[in-house]
Order: sequence, then structure tokens, then C-alpha cells
Amino acid sequence: MISFKVNGRSYDLDVPADTPLLWVLRENLGLTGTKYGCGKALCGACTVHVNGQAVRSCVAPVSSVVGKEIVTIEGLSADGSHPVQQAWMAEDVPQCGYCHSGQIMSAAALLAVNPLPNDDDINEAMSANICRCGTYQRIRKAIYRAAESIAAGGKK
Amino acid sequence: MSEIINLSRRDFLRTGTVVGGGLILGFYLASIEGRVKALAAETAAPYSPNAFLRIGTDSTVTMIVNKSEMGQGVYTSLPMLIAEELECDWSRVRVESAPVDAVYNNPLAGIQMTGGSMSVRTEWERLRKVGAAAREMLIAAAADTWKLNKTDCRAENSMVVHKSGKMLTYGQLAGKASRMPVPEKVVLKDPAAFKIIGKPGRRLDTPEKINGKAIFGFDVTKPGMLTALVARSPVFGGKVKSFNDAKAKAVPGVKEIVPLESWIAVVADSFWSAKKGRDALEIIWDEGPVATLSTEALREQYASLAKSAGATARKAGEAREALASAARQVSAEYEVPYLAHASMEPLNCFVDMTADGCEIWTGTQFQTIDRNNAAAVAGLKPEQVKIHTTFLGGGFGRRANPHSDFVVMGVQVAKAVKKPVKVIWTREDDMKGGYYRPLWYDRISAGLDASGNVVAWHHTVVGQSIMTGTPFEQKRIKDSIDPSSVEGAQDIPYEIPNVLVDLHSPGIGVPVQWWRSVGHSHTAFVVESFIDELAHAAGKDPYRLRRALLAKHPRHRGVLDLAAQKAGWGTALPPGRARGIAMHESFGSFVAQVAEVSAEASGEVRVHRVVCAVDCGRTVNPAIIEAQMESCVVFGLSAALYGAITIKNGRVEQSNFNDYRVLRMDRMPVVEVHIVPSEQDPGGIGEPGVPPVAPAVTNALFSATGKRIRRLPIEAVA
Repeated sequence: MISFKVNGRSYDLDVPADTPLLWVLRENLGLTGTKYGCGKALCGACTVHVNGQAVRSCVAPVSSVVGKEIVTIEGLSADGSHPVQQAWMAEDVPQCGYCHSGQIMSAAALLAVNPLPNDDDINEAMSANICRCGTYQRIRKAIYRAAESIAAGGKK
Repeated sequence: MSEIINLSRRDFLRTGTVVGGGLILGFYLASIEGRVKALAAETAAPYSPNAFLRIGTDSTVTMIVNKSEMGQGVYTSLPMLIAEELECDWSRVRVESAPVDAVYNNPLAGIQMTGGSMSVRTEWERLRKVGAAAREMLIAAAADTWKLNKTDCRAENSMVVHKSGKMLTYGQLAGKASRMPVPEKVVLKDPAAFKIIGKPGRRLDTPEKINGKAIFGFDVTKPGMLTALVARSPVFGGKVKSFNDAKAKAVPGVKEIVPLESWIAVVADSFWSAKKGRDALEIIWDEGPVATLSTEALREQYASLAKSAGATARKAGEAREALASAARQVSAEYEVPYLAHASMEPLNCFVDMTADGCEIWTGTQFQTIDRNNAAAVAGLKPEQVKIHTTFLGGGFGRRANPHSDFVVMGVQVAKAVKKPVKVIWTREDDMKGGYYRPLWYDRISAGLDASGNVVAWHHTVVGQSIMTGTPFEQKRIKDSIDPSSVEGAQDIPYEIPNVLVDLHSPGIGVPVQWWRSVGHSHTAFVVESFIDELAHAAGKDPYRLRRALLAKHPRHRGVLDLAAQKAGWGTALPPGRARGIAMHESFGSFVAQVAEVSAEASGEVRVHRVVCAVDCGRTVNPAIIEAQMESCVVFGLSAALYGAITIKNGRVEQSNFNDYRVLRMDRMPVVEVHIVPSEQDPGGIGEPGVPPVAPAVTNALFSATGKRIRRLPIEAVA
């Protein structure tokens, strides 16, 4: 039995210990907002938070998150009100949208530790997330917008 | 489909018109020419085929979009066309994807499909007429209710208002409106009166794309479903010679092994079990003739073909003679590699075979063809196959496969296991699965007169035909010319008196397909590089030379001038940096780009800024146009800087994003988009920004370093 918390809820699951967290989230818990893109931690589409850190869930065996707290895109906010989600709305960032759960989770993790990032910080934190529609320019703008909103009192 | 969970389309249905016996007002147009017919029904049925529009008793307007949303914004731009004429409350517009039906066909292609940057172009008139006809019927219903003259009534914000101040909502009128006669003729608004079209509107699909709720094919689930992974030959066209599945079957969770002639599916209760099962399969392949193929050898074969005359695609004047007698000859050879589409969402297909039919959930660009191919494989009639189009996690042409490869595979597995099953492609499967942008080799020669004027142009194109062997071959290939091989080459706008364009289309066993901008993706690189070479050879400014050759082409000139002006063409740049310019027409639109680049000490190319000018006719949603130009620039840069699928011993050498690199955030240039105001009918927007990117960058690189790049990707030669 493998126990951990996802989006505030506790789970005890009987799954093979080497199953990547991504597939447990998607198939066992029905949380399909977290995406498969490469299976090798090369594209970031599967990014979730494990104890607050951005983790590529496609290569994290579920055994590595025992006792930990996981947050997925579904749990980032109840209603899309997280400043990063709001900034994504304001900049109308997504195109096909497939990579954006991962992009948003990476951006939220960056702002949680660095609420006032500069271009280099954004490049470093976000270059592990690929977007084939090429929304990078809007992602950068949205991160700056979210940082402003957090600085003005919005919660992280 | 009530058992399907997680499908956000269902929520649209639930919150739409239908719950509580809502009224459906459906329309279709018999043809693009526009005789309006109606399918107006008072019904509680949860689905109204052949309709573009439903109005609920709560005034919710549901627009049924016949194009696939793959990022290009059709779930916003097409509803805007209806809404403009319908005079409805935009905040209460919902979108639903269309089922497969001839009424949803692209009138130019004769099939239901999304591609060729055609969505707005083909729906521009039809959907405005749908909106206008519905509006007229709602007004007629109100006038009839009030027993007042309908000329004293107007529609606004989902209400019909009489000049006396009386008003009724669309919800109140929907039932009666559906019984009103359909107007024989509708008058469309004067564009000067547009309130929605031409304004930068927010996308309707953004809210569900920031919270994980948007449903892609990969996300479709159903109780009791199985997941399959497929082992395929490492060589295209290979067949299974023998196999041992004992170890695969021993993997916990593996339910069934489905062996076919060319592949073997491992069906399991989870992805991870299917993957372990597939890894444990032992297969001996009969690799077939492609096993000796290599792209290095192919280059040599193509280079030698390029020296001989091919099928004539265009002949104006006497190019060979004019070349021979020119004061000066300039020649060059260019080469671009096979490219994978590498959509973020790898291919997948969910199929549920039932006793009397087959239901398919997938992100496809090719509904009619997929339905027909699925029916043939399933042994069903086309009308027994239902396709539910989900969101597409990128398409770029890959999800418009003339053979429906990923759909047929899904149906074959479902047919064998007789349970709902999702066939998933891993990234490696997707990368190695073929249907690439063809490898192209181009030889081009020009003659200059004594004053440096271009008097002759001979362009020989070598590369695989995309349409050969597909249902499009018979109609589209004429006199051995696949038009998609020479588009952008046979129709160069530059005023040159003697032009010859010829084509070799060798048959090679590598599956090829349209890749965002198709033939233009290579012809623009060749033509716009070579024009640049000619300018430098003649000692002329590349922008001004183009301008001079475009005297009779105001729209080409318009974008060229705007891009040059906004980029500060001719002004000083920091040391090491230089600009390059390129311009190309495709899919009814005109795009010019100026790239600012430098080469780092390591030899790596840095693109700092791309200024993009676009003339796509009348704009529907300028915000989406801007986003598509940004998207095209990134897509084109990924290909120009890194993209290459190479083959050795018949095997694709790339597998994932480590060896098939794409542009990432740290290399993203500043992209500026400028739109030329226009009153022409709309042109395409999903693709036309791709072709000029590579030549703008390589032309800039020549100015910066003196090094002329004639083979892509740049990384391999810098």
C-alpha cells in the first residue's frame, strides 16, 4: 500500500511501486489535467508540486512520494483564482493548451520561492517546459503579471 | 456516451439548451454559395445534427464548430462570425465540436477537415449567414408574438427589442423562431458596422485550459477501459516474422496480445503494465527493403537527380537559353531534412466497438477520412462510426493522415479485444512513427544582366510527393506535379522574364505528410535565400532588390515595407548583430519577417528579435492573428535551428526531445507582430508565418558572419 496526499486528500493505493506518479494521478485518481509529453523529464508537461517543489511526475516513481503532499493543476486553486492562473487568463496564453498545466505548475513553483523573478530566473525555471505552439513570450509576460499581482497582495 | 467521464463537452451540453426540454434551432446551408435551409426543430433531443447553432430557453447560444481546435483559435474565431450577425450576448456563447456529417464539410476540400489554413477562409461567409438567418427568424418570432411590424424590431444582446421598448429574450423566442420560415436571402452587415469581427477578443477555451479540465484524446476514459501500446517495426514497411509473447503475458496487468502483420499491440489495464509488457515482447522483424536506407545516401541520390530535368511545373520564357547567355550566372543548392511534427500530445485514439457500431474519441484534423477508414477496417458502414473530436494537443498536419494511421490502429485493437480501449503512442512512437515533412533538395540558378538585373531563373525541386498513394492523388496530381511539392516555387511573385521550375518526385519508403505550411516550408527557404544571394552578388540591398522586383505586387510590397520599417532596416545594430529579411505568400496571406541575429563564440546562433508583418486580409480576431504569428515564428525557428529526422540503416535516429530539439524559453526571441489593414477577404493565419522564418534568420546570419547557410538545420553547420 502506498500512501500520500494529493490536493489535500489522503490516498492509500495498491499500485506497483515503480509506476511513475504521472500515471497514478491520471489513471488511478482520474486527475487528467497533468499531461504525458515525453516520459523522460524532457518537456515538463507532467509537472506537479511535491512538497512545494516542481517535479516531473513522468519519471518520479510513486514510491518516491510516499508520505508527501502533491499538488496538481486541479488542486492549485479551487476556482482558477491562483495568481498564475489569473495571469494566464489575462494574457490569453494557451493555444492548444496541452502543455499549460505543466507550465502553470512550473511558474507557480518559481514564484513561490522567488516572487520577483527576472528574465534569467524565468529562463532557468521555465526552459524545462516545452510549448510547441510557441507561447513563450506570453508565458513570460504572464509570469511578470502574476509576480506583480502577488506583490500587490494576491496570494501565491 | 453517458458513461464517458471527464469530457468537458458534456458540460456544455448540460449547461446548454437541452436540459429541461430546451428548444433547438438548427441551421445548415446547402452549399457555400449560400441558399439557406433550415433544420428547425422543437425537440428535447440531446443532439441536433446538421446544425451550427442552438439557442436554449435560457438564451444560452451553443455554436457547433465544424473545425478542430488545435491551438489556432477556431473555437473562438468561428463563433465570432456567427455572433456578429446573430447579435447575441457573447458572454453566453458555448462551443461544441461537430459530429461527422457532410454538412460540416470544408467546401473546398469536399470533406470534413481542418487544415490548409482554411477555417476562417471557408466559413467566413457561411457562418455569418447562419447567424443572420437565425437573427431574422428571432425577429420574425417576436413580431409575430406582438402582432407588430418586424421592421420596427431590432436584435441586440440576445434580445429582440421593439421601438416601443417592448423586449423578448432569445430564450423566450427560441421555440417560436424555430417554426418561422427561413429567410430566402439574408443581407450581411456592412463591415463598417462590425462589433465583434476585427476586435481582439479573448479565447473561449482559455478557462478550461488553465485548470486541467480541457479534455484531449489522451484524457478520455471510460469504466472498464484498457490501454494499449504497440510494438512496430524499427524499419518503415517491416513485418512481423516471428514473436514470443510469454514474458509479456507474464507482466501483471497485461490482458491480451494482439499480433497483426506489421505490429503487435500489448493491451493492459494501465499504461505502465502495457509499457512493461511491450518492453518484454520478443519480436523478429522482416525489415524489408527500407532496411538499407540512409538519409546520407538519399542526399547524394537527390543531388544527382537535381542535375537532370524534371517534370515541368512552370515555364515562362526560355530560362535555359536566357541563363546560358546571361552576363553572369549564380547557382546554389539547398537542402532541408525530414521533420517530425512533434505535437505536445503524442498520437492516441480511444475506440469503443459496440454491437452495432464504433465510437471513436480522438483529436483529429480529418474526420471524414478517419470515419471512412475506420468503417472499412471495422467492417461497418460509415454511418455506424461516430467520431467525437476532442481538443487536439497540437496538430501541425500530423493529425490529418490520409491513411488515418492512428485511428485505424485504434480500431484494429478494439476489434480484437472487444472492449473500450485507448491506443497510446509514447513520445518515441510518435517521433519514429513517420509521416514526416519530406527531405527536399533544391538546385537553383539565375542569370544576371550587366546591370545586375535578374533575367533568368531555373529552380529544380527534388523530394517525395505527399499526395502520391493517397485519396488526393487522382484529383490533385496533374502531369506528374504534386502541387504541394512546388507551391511557393512555381508561383514566385518576383518579376523575372524567364522562369523554369521543374520537379523530381522519387518514391522513397519513408512515409511523408503535410507539416505546418507544407511545401512552402522548404520553397520559401530556397527562394528567399537565393534572392538574398542574388542581391549580394549584384551588390544590392536585399530589401530594395525584392522591392524592385515586386512593383506589380502591392500586398507583397506592403508587408515587406512594413516589416522593414518597423524593424529599422538599415539602422545601426550592436556589433556582431545583423538583420535578415524574407517575405512569402501562402494560404492567401502575405508575411514578411526581419530577424536580428548574432553568432556566439561557440558558433551557436542567437535570434534576438523577429519583426513580423502580415497581410491576411480582413481580420476576424487580431489577438489570435498575433498569437498565430508568434506561434509560427517559434515553430519555424525550432526547425531552422534544430529540426532534423535522420535515418541510418532504415532506422530513425531521433527518439525524444533530447535528440529532436525544439525552441525553449531561454532562446525565445522578442517577436513583434504588425498587421496590415485590409478590406480583402480573410486569408489563412495558422501557417503563413512559418515559411519566412528560416530564410530571414539565415540571411541575417550571412550579414552577421559572411557564412551562407544552404542546409538546415543551422546548428549542424554553424
